[in-house]
Amino acid sequence: MTLQVLYFAWVRERIGLPKERVETQAATPRALVEELRAREPRYAAAFADTAALKVALDQELAEWDAPLAGVREVAFFPPMTGG
Amino acid sequence: MTVRVQQEAFAAGAELDAFTARATGAGAIVSFTGVVRDVAGGLIAMEIEQYPGMTERAIAEIVDAARSRWDLAEVLVIHRHGPLAPGAPIMMVATASAHRAAAFEAADYLMDYLKSRAPFWKKEITQRGEHWVEATTQDEDALSRW
Repeated sequence: MTLQVLYFAWVRERIGLPKERVETQAATPRALVEELRAREPRYAAAFADTAALKVALDQELAEWDAPLAGVREVAFFPPMTGG
Repeated sequence: MTVRVQQEAFAAGAELDAFTARATGAGAIVSFTGVVRDVAGGLIAMEIEQYPGMTERAIAEIVDAARSRWDLAEVLVIHRHGPLAPGAPIMMVATASAHRAAAFEAADYLMDYLKSRAPFWKKEITQRGEHWVEATTQDEDALSRW
């Protein structure tokens, strides 16, 4: 499947792009992160500690082990700091 | 309910007047305005990044949750993004209800959730460099009181 993957805040800065299309068979965001980490050091740096990150599937906050089946958009970002 | 995510500045006083005019029948109106604060000195700007699409959706969900909990005649949420100067308004929340307890509590609830569940990220640009503002455990703990 092809996913639209978005990065925000320092995740975006470390990877060096705001979004990209990713071809993957990953079943969960956790598995997707493993694939991305193996790509290049900048991904490994951005995803060094997933406990410090959040994930959204189709613009809803999700768990790291949520299924990716049927999902079109995945976003990775640090905890929000609005308000 | 009115939700606005925008780069432009807003005038809190004018917004509150318009909100009050819309909130017919309410006996209590509470408003909160968040302002860019220069915490450590030397702040040049606060850059606020957002996730277009998810932002509006997340705020609407937070407002819906507040409305199901308190009897609110009207709700307003304005949140800015982009580079903001020290002293500039970042965001505003207003709630209208029959009585003040509901209006105060709902505004407090909205602020707690907007802080850690709406997809905004703050970066401080200072004379000594740039850094992302980190979420605090207090922000997360604040949600558990609801």
